[in-house]
This record gives sequence, C-alpha cells and structure tokens, in this order.
Amino acid sequence: MARYELTQFASVRAILRNRWPQLVLQLVAVAGLLLVLLAALVGTPVGSRNFGVVAVWIGWWAVLMILAVPAAGRGWCAICPLPLPGEWLQRRSLLGPQGPAFGLGLRWPRRLRNLWPQNVIFAAVAVVSAVVLTQPRLTGLVLAGLILAAIAVSLVFERRSFCRYLCPVGGFIGLYAQAAPIGIRVKDTTVCASHREKTCYTGSDQGYGCPWQVYPGALARNSACGLCLECLRTCPHDNVAVVLRTPGSDLSGSSRRGLDEAFKGFLMLGSAAVYAAVMLGPWGALKSAAAAIGAWSWAGYAAGLLLFAFSVLPGTFLGAVLLGRRVSPSAASLRHVFSSLSAALVPLGLSAWVAFSLAFALVNLSYLWPALSDPMGWGWDLLGTAGVAWTPYLSSAVPGVQAMLLLGGLGWSAWVAVRMGRALNGDERIAWPVVGWCVLMTVGLLWLLVG
Amino acid sequence: MSRSTWSRIRRGLRREAPAVALGLAGALVAFLPGLGTSAAPVERSLRVEASRYAYAPGVITVNAGDHVTLELVATDVVHGIYLDGYDLQVTADPGQTARLSFVADRPGTFRFRCSVTCGPLHPFMIGKLRVGGGPFLWRWAGMAIVAALAGVWGARRWRATS
Repeated sequence: MARYELTQFASVRAILRNRWPQLVLQLVAVAGLLLVLLAALVGTPVGSRNFGVVAVWIGWWAVLMILAVPAAGRGWCAICPLPLPGEWLQRRSLLGPQGPAFGLGLRWPRRLRNLWPQNVIFAAVAVVSAVVLTQPRLTGLVLAGLILAAIAVSLVFERRSFCRYLCPVGGFIGLYAQAAPIGIRVKDTTVCASHREKTCYTGSDQGYGCPWQVYPGALARNSACGLCLECLRTCPHDNVAVVLRTPGSDLSGSSRRGLDEAFKGFLMLGSAAVYAAVMLGPWGALKSAAAAIGAWSWAGYAAGLLLFAFSVLPGTFLGAVLLGRRVSPSAASLRHVFSSLSAALVPLGLSAWVAFSLAFALVNLSYLWPALSDPMGWGWDLLGTAGVAWTPYLSSAVPGVQAMLLLGGLGWSAWVAVRMGRALNGDERIAWPVVGWCVLMTVGLLWLLVG
Repeated sequence: MSRSTWSRIRRGLRREAPAVALGLAGALVAFLPGLGTSAAPVERSLRVEASRYAYAPGVITVNAGDHVTLELVATDVVHGIYLDGYDLQVTADPGQTARLSFVADRPGTFRFRCSVTCGPLHPFMIGKLRVGGGPFLWRWAGMAIVAALAGVWGARRWRATS
C-alpha cells in the first residue's frame, strides 16, 4: 500500500512532538465541554435553544462524523476532553511524565479486552438516544457520567483503559478509523525488534508508554491507536511516523478480526438504519415509541433495534457467507470467514453515518447561531445572533449527496469484500453473496434516507 | 499515427472498456426518464393534520405538474411545514387551517418538516412528498448494482496493477 510520511519534514515532526499544541487543543475542548455541561444542566430545557444539546448533537456530531472520522480517524481521541480529567489525575501532570502514575494501575481484565463492553454500552445509549438527543438534562447527565466513569477507571486501571475498552464513541471511531487516510506506523520493524527497552510501550522521560496499550512496533491497523503521538515522543530511534496512506488500507489486510469487531459493524450499520427511520422518517408512532422510555411501546422499539442489529443483520450476513462458502469452498473456519468478510461493513456503515449526519446536521445547523449567542436560553444576545430564524441549509442538494455517498460506500464495500475474499480463499467468488447483501442493504438505506 | 500507437490505444480501450460500460450503465439508470405512467396534471387539495410529532398522512403522492394545495391543520400546538426542494413554508395555529399552494414541477421525493419548535422531538417531525410515481426503488437498485460492480471491477483492476 502506498504511504507518505508526513513526519519526514522536521517542522511537522517538531510540532507533533511538542506537547503544547496538543495541550492547547485539549484545553479548548475541556472549556467547550464545561460550557456544554453548564448549559445542559442549568440552561433552558428547550433542546433546540440549549447550547449543550445543539453544540454536542448538531455541531460536534456533524464535525466528527462528516469530517473528523473520515479524514483523520481517531484524531478526535487525541484531544477528546472526556478522559482528560482522569488522565491528568492518573499522570499527576498536564504535560510530560512526572514520576509514577497515581492510582492502582491494574491491568484491564483479560476477558474484557475486546469490543463487547463498548458494543453493550453503545447499544444501551442507542435505545434511549431519541430522548438523550433532545433533552438537555439527559445530555448533561450522560456526559457527566462518562467523565466520572473515565476518572474512576483511570484511578483503578492503567493508562487509557476507559477509552480503549469502554467508551461507546471510541468504539465506533476505532472501527471507522480503519478507512481513514491517516495513521501512525513504524518505519522499520527490525529497528523495533532490536530495541530492547521498548520505550514506546513502557515510556521514558520523553513521554508516556502507549496510553492505548498498543505496541506500536506491531501496529497494523488504526482501530486501537488513539493518535496521541506519545510513541513519536518516546522512540529514541525516530522510527515512528505519521503517514498518509491509501484510505481503507486496514480493511483488506490479513490481520485477524474478531466477532466483537464484526458485531460492532452490524451494530453501527443497524443503528444508522434505525436512526434514519426514527429521526428522518415519516412514522410518528415510531418516534413516539422511541421517546417513551419505560413504556411498553419503547420496550418494543428497543427490542426491535437490538434484534435488528444483533440478530437480523448478522443472521442474513451469515446466510450470505454460507452461500459464498458453497460457491467457493474454503478451508478457513466459518467464524474466520464471517469475521474477515465483515470488514466490508466498514465503508458502507461509514457512508451511511455520514449521509445520515449530513441531513440531520444541515437541517438543524441554524439552531447553533442563537444557541451560541444565548447558550443558556436565558434571553442573552452575546453575539447578536440570538434572533436568527431556523433555516435548513442545502435541503435541495442533500438527497443527491446522500445517494452519492451511499453508492460510493457500496462500491468501496464491494472492493473490500472482493479483496478480502481473495486474501481468504484465493477466489473472490466467496465474497459475491456478501456483495449482494451490501447491495440490498444499500437499497434499504437509500429508501430510508433519500426515498 | 503509427500502427503501434493505434495498437496501444486499442489495448487501452479494451482495458478500460468495463469502466466505460459501467459509467454508461450508471448514467443510463440515473437519468433515464421514469417508466411510470405520466398522468395529466390536476388541481389537488390535500388535508394534512399535524400533531406532535407526525403528519397525517405522513407520505403524500402527487403527479408531476399537479397544482397542489396543502391544507395544514394543527391539532395540538403551533406547527408548520417547510418543504425541502421547493423551499416553501407555512405555519398553522392550533385549530386553524393554513394553506400552501404550489405546482409540483420537480419530480422526486422531498421531505417536509415542522418549521416551528413544537416540543422535544420537533427536529424529527417529518413527512414525505412524492412527486411522480416513477420507479424510484428500481432506479436505486439499478444504481446500487452498478456501484457494486464498479467496486468489484476496481478490486480486480487494483490487483492487476499492484
């Protein structure tokens, strides 16, 4: 795969190694989070007038899903304010290493070193999201809960265990970061092999050992790399690089995928489809059910979402995989073929989320201007934009762009499936039914989002 | 031009033939006029009831060219309609009827959405206007198949060149 080292330039390397630019961005993000929390918890209860709701679910979400994840993968994780209080407490420092870590420093339990906890937490948030997205207090409570959980985990477990194994946002950013054109990789693995101290993992006076508990010398995929740049600082041989590479390079490699990652793909694709139906569809009963938390109708909605994401999608996908194995018998186990071919879910899922977010964000973006001028909804007009009326942006163009995104994502998924099929079996025919499955899924998404 | 140049061009065309064919197929599926019956335009008056957080009916279908009047009736609080694609809007007070008239001269599917904050789920209060009964689903299916074939061809091509 083609790759281009951004850190070959001394100036880029110097900026990325310097802790101050990253800290400034982190402090800006923390200040933004504090304002969001304040507005969400004590501001107006009207969601479309509350800075907390508008900034998080329209501003931040749009930037994250439409720009940050597709372009920079886990770049957001490098400045995300949610784990920072816990991390600063654990490190006893805002900048470089200051001695031993504070807290118990336990290793994350072996049984939980996978994506299942993140899948469960994301699913738990997903079934109440119609309410969380619109109710400022709930938005504030969810964010405060995540911050407190991150602090607690930082004091008990080592490094960024919360981000790596629990954060529901980090889980799907990691999945889609595999499609991103940017990543961290070592230049020469033999240098890593001969480096006995492995300071990229253990840390040195120049920086921390990988907070994401990844050994950069063996880093082959973006999923778990938080782009925190510590390995760039701790490598004494200047053997770590930030690279531009062919987007989606991680998706057709031979590295093993687990069922947890496959189900992360189903959960994300399934929730994108359900959100499109609930938030952009014409079915009032579905919206009411999604918002009636605790009622039987909500229980039916939640069960439907979970069944669709964890049973219908994987079940039909399994059918496609079985058909592929019939067309082209493979010596690889069914589990391995299933997990490997699930890489095809990543481009389609990412394009579905971008298409969904585009419609949601552009229609509601104009709520941001009054919310910026009157963050609490208390009648202020700090920027003179408090009276700006709601105006949907580019509503004529959005459906066409959504269709192009979904069709592009499908083409990319077919590309990934065929390459993965060849890597598995030396024969692309094993992937053909999965390509057909992606076609059907895309037609469904087009119907929900554009039709 | 020499014989070898012609030969190179022929080889190139042969190599790119699938891409050209896929491009043509995609354009054909995307821009081919609808196969549905094109009914003569009529005057059409439709009553749309708005209550939190849905319109009834939620999906409205008209023929291309129809002169449409939407009679919006808000049954609980103030609601509005903003029609995507046509950039038209109207607001109705509770119990009142507001009218929105337009010529449905743009075929396709358009969302209409509440334009007045009416409660927590207000951003999700959406309906659909279908203009023309064209075979949209078949068109998407056709375009999806073309996109998938393009991906398969791309993977084969990638292998051949790398």
